[in-house]
Amino acid sequence: MAKSVLTVDDSRTMREMVAFTLRQAGYDVFEAEHGQAAIAVLKTKPADVIITDLNMPVMDGVALIRALRADPKHRSVPIVMLTTESDANKKAEGKSAGATGWLVKPFDPERLIDVVKRISP
Amino acid sequence: MEVLETTQPAPAAVGAVTAPATSPVRQFITCTLADAEYGIDIMAVREIKGWAETTALPHAPSWIRGVINLRGIIVPIVDLRDRFGQGTTTPTPMHVVVIIQTGARTAGLMVDAVSDIIAISPGDIRPVPEMGVEAPENLLAGLVPLDRGMVALVSLDQLLNFPADVAIAASQLPNA
Amino acid sequence: MNFDHLRATYFEESAELLESAYEQLAALAEGRADAETVHALFRAIHSVKGGGGAFGFDRLVALAHVMETLLDLLRDGALEFNAGLITLLLRGTDLLADMLSAERAGEVLPEGEEAELAAALAQAAAVSAGTAHAPVAVGQVAAETVSGWLIRFRPHPAMFRNANEPLLLVRELRRLGAVSAVADLSGLPALSQLEPEDAYVAWSFTLEGPVPRAKVEEVFEFVIDDCDLAIEPIAADDAASDVDADVSIEGPQVAVAAAVPPGAMSRSEAPVVQSVRVDVGKVDRLVNLVGELVINQAMLVQLGSQLPPDLCPGLIGGLETLSQHLRELQEGVMAIRTQPVRSVFARMPRLVRELSAQLGKEVRLVITGEATEIDKTVVEQLADPLIHLLRNALDHGIEPPDVREAAGKPRQGTVHLSAEQRSSRIVIEISDDGRGIDRSRVLTRARERGLIAPDAVLSDAETDELIFLPSFSTAATVSAVSGRGVGMDVVRRNINALGGRIAVESRFGSGSRFLLSLPLTLAVMDGLVVTVGAEALILPISAIVESLRPPAADIHALPGRGAVLSIRGGYVPLLPLHERLGIPGAVNDPARAIVVIVETDHVGRLGLVVDDLVGQQQVVVKSLETNYGPIDGIGGATILGNGRVALIMDIPGLAAGASATSPAPQAAPQSAAALH
Repeated sequence: MAKSVLTVDDSRTMREMVAFTLRQAGYDVFEAEHGQAAIAVLKTKPADVIITDLNMPVMDGVALIRALRADPKHRSVPIVMLTTESDANKKAEGKSAGATGWLVKPFDPERLIDVVKRISP
Repeated sequence: MEVLETTQPAPAAVGAVTAPATSPVRQFITCTLADAEYGIDIMAVREIKGWAETTALPHAPSWIRGVINLRGIIVPIVDLRDRFGQGTTTPTPMHVVVIIQTGARTAGLMVDAVSDIIAISPGDIRPVPEMGVEAPENLLAGLVPLDRGMVALVSLDQLLNFPADVAIAASQLPNA
Repeated sequence: MNFDHLRATYFEESAELLESAYEQLAALAEGRADAETVHALFRAIHSVKGGGGAFGFDRLVALAHVMETLLDLLRDGALEFNAGLITLLLRGTDLLADMLSAERAGEVLPEGEEAELAAALAQAAAVSAGTAHAPVAVGQVAAETVSGWLIRFRPHPAMFRNANEPLLLVRELRRLGAVSAVADLSGLPALSQLEPEDAYVAWSFTLEGPVPRAKVEEVFEFVIDDCDLAIEPIAADDAASDVDADVSIEGPQVAVAAAVPPGAMSRSEAPVVQSVRVDVGKVDRLVNLVGELVINQAMLVQLGSQLPPDLCPGLIGGLETLSQHLRELQEGVMAIRTQPVRSVFARMPRLVRELSAQLGKEVRLVITGEATEIDKTVVEQLADPLIHLLRNALDHGIEPPDVREAAGKPRQGTVHLSAEQRSSRIVIEISDDGRGIDRSRVLTRARERGLIAPDAVLSDAETDELIFLPSFSTAATVSAVSGRGVGMDVVRRNINALGGRIAVESRFGSGSRFLLSLPLTLAVMDGLVVTVGAEALILPISAIVESLRPPAADIHALPGRGAVLSIRGGYVPLLPLHERLGIPGAVNDPARAIVVIVETDHVGRLGLVVDDLVGQQQVVVKSLETNYGPIDGIGGATILGNGRVALIMDIPGLAAGASATSPAPQAAPQSAAALH
C-alpha cells in the first residue's frame, strides 16, 4: 500500500509541485491550504509524512507543527518543513516545535523524494 | 447499341461533379425570387424554415422584416427581394426562410422558394457585369451559367453588413 | 522531472498574489492595515518567489528575494513602514508583474530599473540591524581515504520529539555501507524511575567503506542539533573492531510535554471561506438554462390561463410556486456570476501612478466600494472604458501642480473612483478636482465641426453632452496618453452595449464627474408587458413609477412640441411609443390609451403612451446586437410565453431621444440640437 503524504501550503502551485514530485515516486498525496485545513483533513485521513510550508494564513507551519505534536495521534509522524533562506528564525521555531526535517524552497525534486524516504519508516 | 457498363465512382452527393483534384468544388443552395435564381453557399446554411411571423424592429431599413425567435436566439429576417431593390415581399405561409450563419452572425433570408443544390467549381464562376443584372452588384459574388439559366451567387458578408446600413437608417430618425 | 505543466497554474496564482499585494500595499499606504496585512504581503511575495525558482525565473527570484528580505524585517517589527518603503515595494511589485508577463509571453524583459530598484530595496533592508543569515557552513569534504567511520551518537530527548527515529538513522547508515552498532546502556535508570520521554541510550556505530564524510553527515543532518555526535574516520589500516550487533534499538515513544494549547493559532482569526473553482462556461450554461426555464414557465402560465379554471384547480397555484422557486434559483445563479468590481479597480492605482509620473502631475487615487458586486461579463468589459476615463481625467482634467497652486488648489489632484449598488443598477463614478469642462471651447469646437448650428443656444448639460459625439476632441495636440480616435463616443458606445448609460457633470475650474450606470445583471429582469398596435413591448419594472388612464382634461397639447400630462401639480411630457417606434395601428388619443410614467436619470419623468397593459413577468434579456445591432431606445429582446419576440425598451435611450422632441419638464424648449 502506498505511503500517504499530506502537503500543506497556501500556494497551490507549490502544492501541485510537491504532489506531482511525490506521486512520481509512488506516494499517495493529498493537500491542505493551511494549518487549520490540515488538521481538519487529518481527522479523517491519516498521513505517513507531512510536508508543510511555514508561511500560511489562518494557521502557519510552526503552529501546525506544535498542534500536531500535541496530539497523541500525530506526535510521531515525520514532518518536513519547506523553508526559504531568509527564514532562519521560522526554521528554528519550526524545529523546536517538533519538525523532523526541512527542505529549502525552491526544492530539488530528487532531494524532496530523498528526504521523504529518509525520515519515514 | 450496346451500352458498356463502366465502373464509375458513386457521386458523393446530389449533383456532385468529379472535379480535378486542384480546384475544390463548392455547393450552393439555389433559391428563387420570382423567375430569378440565386445561390447561397451551403456551408453557411444552417436550416430552412417555413415562414413565421416576425416582430418588427423600429427604424430598421425596409429590407429587414423583423426578428424571430430561433430556439432562444433572436435572428433578423432579411427580405431578399427588398434587399436587392426589387420591391417588398408580401409573405405567405408558402414563403421560405433560409437561416444562414457567417462569422458570428446568424440571420434569415426570406425567399419565394428553394429549388436545388448545385455543385460549382471556381472555374465556372463568371464575374458580375455592371449592367443587366437585377441585383446591386456589391451584393453578388459572381454568376454561374447553367443550362436552365443564370444563377447569381450571393455575397453573404455584404448582404449581412448591418451596422453600416443600420447606422445610416438610424441617422434618418425623425428628430425634431 | 519538470514542472512545465504547472506553468499556467503558477502564472495564474502569481497574478492573484500580486493583485492582493497591491491591495495590501494600498492598505498600508492609507493607514488602514492591520496586523495581518504585512504577513499576507510577505506570503504573497514569498509564494511568487518559491514558484519562480522552480521554473528558473532567476531575475524574478532575485528581485522577489530582496523584497522578501525587506518584508521579513517589516513583519517582525525590526523595521517600520514609511512612504518611501511602500513606494519601493510598489515599484518592486510592478516590476515583478512585468517579469511575469514577459515569462508568460516567452519574451525577455529589458533591463530597465531592475538593478537600481534591487539595490534600493537591499539598502532599505540593511538599514536595520540586519540579521545576516549566514549560509549553513557545509563541512569540507576531506578527500581522505578512510576505510570507515566511527560514529558516537547520543540523542537528546528533543530529537524524539521531532519524530526522528534512531532506527531510521541506522537504516540510512546501512545504505552507505555495513554497519555494526554498540549500545551504551549505562545511563539507563531502574524501570520505576524511567521517564518515557527522556533519552538514556547512546550508540557507537561503525560504518565500513570508503564513504565520504559529507554523506555520513547528511544522515544526521536533521538531528545534529539534538544530539551529541562525533564522527571519526577509521584509517585504512585500523582493524575494524568487533561489535556485537545484538542491541535492540527502540527509541522511547515520543510524548511531547503539553505544548502550546491549540488555541494559539498564529495571527489572523479570519473565518475561512470555502470556495470552489468553477469553469466559467459551466456557469454560463447554468445561467442560460435558468433563462430558458423562465421562458418555459411563462409559456406554461399562458397555457394555464387558457384553461377553464376548474379543469385543473391546483395548476395555477403550482405554477405560482414554480415561479417563486425559479426566481430564487435565478438569484442564486446570478450571484455565482457576480464578482466584486475590485478586480477591475485593482489595476487603476498603478495606471494612475505611471500616468501621473509620465505627465508630471501629482495625483491621488481614492477608491471606494470595490466590494460592490457586478456581473462577471460586465466587469470584463468595464476595464477599457474606465481606463480611458481615468486617462482623460489625468490628461485633461488634473492640472499641473504649479497651475493648481496658482489657482489656490492643493498641488496634488484627487481622482475618486467609486462603485455603488442602487436598486437594480450599479453606479460607478469617476470624479476629479481638476479644471472641469471648458464649455466655450467645446461650443467652439462643435460649431467648427458643424455638429451644432452656429446660433444654437445650449444649456450647460447639453454642452457637456457634446463631448460624447464621435471624433470630438478639444485637445489642441492629441496627447500620446489619451490617443486619437478613442474618444468619449467609443466609451459611451461600449457602456451602452452593456446596457448602461454614461453621463457627465462638470463645473469649470472645480472638476468633472462621470457617472456610469450599469445593469446589475444582463440576463434577466422584471418587465411589464404592454401592447402598442399589434406589437408587444416590454418596459423594465425598475424604471416604472406608476401607470394610469389619464382623464382627457389633464392632457395639454403644446403646439409643435407634443403633449404633457398634468399630474399632482406638475407636468410630465408624454412620449407616444407608436410614434417613436413607428408602429402602425395604435391608439392615437392618449386619453383612450394608458400612460406609464417612468423615471429617468437625467430627463426626470416621462409618460410613455401605450395601448394597454398585459401583465408583469420575468423576462430573459436576449441580445439584439449579436445578430443585428444596437437600436436607439431598445435594450434587447425577449421571447414571450407564446413564442413571439418582444422588444425591451431602454428607458434612458427613449428619454435621450425624447429630450430633443418633447418639452422638457423644467424650462422652455431649447433649439433642436442634434443630440445623441
